[in-house]
Amino acid sequence: MAEIEIKTAPADFRFPTTNQTRHCFTRYVEFHRCVSAKGDEAAECEKFAKYYRSLCPAEWVDRWNEQRENGTFAGPL
Amino acid sequence: MILRSLSCRFLTIALCDAAEPWQLGSQDAATPMMQGIIDLHHDIFFFLILILVFVSRMLVRALWHFNEQTNPIPQRIVHGTTIEIIRTIFPSVILLFIAIPSFALLYSMDGVLVDPAITIKAIGHQWYRTYEYSDYNSSDEQSLTFDSYTIPEDDPELGQSRLLEVDNRVVVPAKTHLRMIVTPADVPHSWAVPSSGVKCDAVPGRSNLTSISVQREGVYYGQCSEIRGTNHAFTPIVVEAVTLKDYADWVSNQLILQTN
Ligand SMILES: [Cu+2]
Repeated sequence: MAEIEIKTAPADFRFPTTNQTRHCFTRYVEFHRCVSAKGDEAAECEKFAKYYRSLCPAEWVDRWNEQRENGTFAGPL
Repeated sequence: MILRSLSCRFLTIALCDAAEPWQLGSQDAATPMMQGIIDLHHDIFFFLILILVFVSRMLVRALWHFNEQTNPIPQRIVHGTTIEIIRTIFPSVILLFIAIPSFALLYSMDGVLVDPAITIKAIGHQWYRTYEYSDYNSSDEQSLTFDSYTIPEDDPELGQSRLLEVDNRVVVPAKTHLRMIVTPADVPHSWAVPSSGVKCDAVPGRSNLTSISVQREGVYYGQCSEIRGTNHAFTPIVVEAVTLKDYADWVSNQLILQTN
């Protein structure tokens, strides 16, 4: 049985409130900016991916991925 | 029934982690937050009784003494500086004594800046909940997610609570900081577990955070608390707190099950 790692996105002082919508969105944008700056295989981007996957509902991620493909994503990429 | 709920209150045979028939008080605390809420309730009740006794005494005394037979000519006092100062200062002091512990609790419940160990997403649907454990994902493909439906009214097994039990419980580790991300996929819902002292609204297009740390292993029951239409009553919440080791085993089992 593979050992699993108990670890998640850390608390972020930029988002100290109950409303964490921006936290998830910001992490998603950060990941894609990191990828476009450092290339697809950059290891340091992987942590942002882990963060946004932890924080964002899957449905939102799917929708944003679709929007990015169509070029209609609203965030600063 | 009343006896059962009284024994639930006073003779702690088993701790009270689900709603009881005829229950008057809170369910037993499973998190420091709920303990704080119960303690605050008791603190405020002290002042409540004090005020109740004082006001009742004044009221009864006034009715007893100032009537036509005993006091035919009423006194006409329209002003009194001393009493006015006293009746302004004294209630403010009482309010202060209530406000201090109340705000302390309120801000401690906000504990957003504590690093959690696990993030669990509770997504409300009409009429079930989806739980996503996405800390173990290696791609946008979900690896550990499941739906939690209520057990229908006509087939609970012996010992299961009617409309309170679900088919897939949320498994969480005890004594660990959890970050619950609460959001719905359709209409407003609410994720509420009384023993944990948590009631978090699920608002469409927004994700709300609530952090809990369950202190003892057990099964905790809650219900959707955003009753805006039919069937919200049939989306209960069941949290099963286990040891960290059992949690890790459960996660790896689920991962194996869901990837195959
Ligand atoms: Cu609901």
